[in-house]
Amino acid sequence: MSALLEVSGVSVSFDGFKAINNLSFSIGEAELRAIIGPNGAGKTTFMDIVTGKTKPDEGKVLWGELSRNLLKMREAKIAQAGLGRKFQRPTVFEDQSVFDNLLMALKNPRGAFACLFYRPTRADRARVGELAEEVGLAAFLSRTSGELSHGQKQWLEIGMLLAQEPRLMLVDEPAAGMTLAEREHTTDLLVSLAKTRAVVVVEHDMEFVRRLGCKVTVLHEGSVLAEGSLDHVTADPRVIEVYLGR
Amino acid sequence: MRQSFIARNPSVLIFLALLAVFTLAVTLMSHAMGAELLSTSFIKTLGRTLCLCLVAIAMDLVWGYCGILSLGHFAFFGLGGYMIGMWLMYARTEIIVAESLANAAIPPTPDEVRDAIGSQIFGVVGSSDFPAIWAFAHSLPLQLALVVLVPGLLALVFGWLAFRSRVTGVYLSILTQAMTLALSLYLFQNESGLRGNNGLSGLQNLPGVEAGQDWISLWFLWASALALGLGYVLCAWVVSGKFGSVVRGIRDDEARVRFLGYSVEGYKLFIFTFTAIIAAIAGALYYPQAGIINPGEVAPIASIYLAVWVAIGGRGRLYGAVIGAAVVSLVSTWFTGGMVPSIPLGVYTVDWVDWWLVLLGLSFVLVTLFAPKGIGGLVDLVSARVAPDRHGADYGPDKGALREEEGRE
Repeated sequence: MSALLEVSGVSVSFDGFKAINNLSFSIGEAELRAIIGPNGAGKTTFMDIVTGKTKPDEGKVLWGELSRNLLKMREAKIAQAGLGRKFQRPTVFEDQSVFDNLLMALKNPRGAFACLFYRPTRADRARVGELAEEVGLAAFLSRTSGELSHGQKQWLEIGMLLAQEPRLMLVDEPAAGMTLAEREHTTDLLVSLAKTRAVVVVEHDMEFVRRLGCKVTVLHEGSVLAEGSLDHVTADPRVIEVYLGR
Repeated sequence: MRQSFIARNPSVLIFLALLAVFTLAVTLMSHAMGAELLSTSFIKTLGRTLCLCLVAIAMDLVWGYCGILSLGHFAFFGLGGYMIGMWLMYARTEIIVAESLANAAIPPTPDEVRDAIGSQIFGVVGSSDFPAIWAFAHSLPLQLALVVLVPGLLALVFGWLAFRSRVTGVYLSILTQAMTLALSLYLFQNESGLRGNNGLSGLQNLPGVEAGQDWISLWFLWASALALGLGYVLCAWVVSGKFGSVVRGIRDDEARVRFLGYSVEGYKLFIFTFTAIIAAIAGALYYPQAGIINPGEVAPIASIYLAVWVAIGGRGRLYGAVIGAAVVSLVSTWFTGGMVPSIPLGVYTVDWVDWWLVLLGLSFVLVTLFAPKGIGGLVDLVSARVAPDRHGADYGPDKGALREEEGRE
């Protein structure tokens, strides 16, 4: 299986503190992966590096069939290349309608002039409708997204992520603030998405990870501590010591 | 769900109608039309106010919509004025020189004419040579092109450098203010080639036009109204679609927009340059009505006023900017013109010419604290009282209630 994203030997330090230390990670074309680890293990920094927000001190991040170097690309270009990210705290554009939020995320030319003369086509409208249906916001399309509840904002953000049609989704704590039924819906959605693309889920909740039933990577102090099935890593004594034992 | 541009932006039509009524009313009350209701100088004030409204729209676009608090847009406004002023001064001096040399025994050579114009214009700064920047001053079309090109290119280069290095927030404001100050200080120098602190004057006289000032003032009023109307529609169109969505997204959460795959820098640069050009066009219409432009007009304080107008009028809505600019600049003219009676307090007399700025500053603080939506926010109070559009909802709260479609049958 060829890797879609390959991170090798990446290190980054902030003011002498090594947030990421010689981290290597790779994920295939259509794979679901969970990343777990205690606070400060470097989960968010890892996502920042992959999406171009933080530049590492050393290491390589390669992307796709052409093995493009993501470290040389700016955030917007990386996103255009097919890397989508969902933040831990839902960040939607609160003073704009749900429809506008989804339309903005919809996969279309991103240039300023293309956008200026862009008018939504029938197909685009239909797609936005489908996405809203998928995330349960069909009745809220014309509502301002600031009026939505926390859980609905989470869903809207997932909808925006889907609209981008990324090849790799980085999903930070998707289930935070969701009811049990919604969590189940989320796991089903993530599992089905991972059939056609790569999905990386960062999560604290072991139950949630168990339900995903996928390969797990455990991070600790900026590097990979263990990798394998959930049962395999939870049996690892080092994992038990740093993470589960507390 | 598909609606026309006007249907989605009803304020555009209302604004254009009000602007047309205003222009017509002022025209009918003018000297040129035989009525004696409005003096020519007051018509010029109104025409200038329309230009200020236009630059306020530009400021609203860059600040209220895109979140860039630029303290440099009055510099672009002034540059536009300088560009048109160069032609006005050159062409008018050329006519005067031609008249005075007409009676000479030997017809003057083109070089002599040019020298005579030069000493007329630059005598005041002790020079008679044309600086290189006046190379196109003889041609109206070229100088009109420069009205757009010079501020546009300045904004493009400045914006490219600033946005590319991710300068944002208050640091960007300081940077734009530094640019404005540098430009103003440069123009103050006699060596700048734009007559130093004398500036360009006599701009109210259109070369080769026989009509009196009463007509000229009216023409400029019409031109300013037209520019304001077109500028309003254009800006409303720019912010209406997905482009507007992205721009407002940049204002609210720049990083998020970036992760959606939009090049934030490109969008900022577009808005910055676009609004600089609008500001320059407004300036090119303003200064012929003012009659004079000098480097003081470009000083940073003018750009700060611009931000105050937009804040008082209401950020993030185009008509708010227009209301703010019109109200504050007209009230300012009223107060500083000595038309408001002083308030004798016994020991001290409040003279409004001096105290107006204090009043303006106070109202700015109060608006920021208690009415962040500005004067334009009053429109929300009214529209909130009008029944909202509830089409498509059920008639009643029960599951069995008739839907709108059923009820219509």
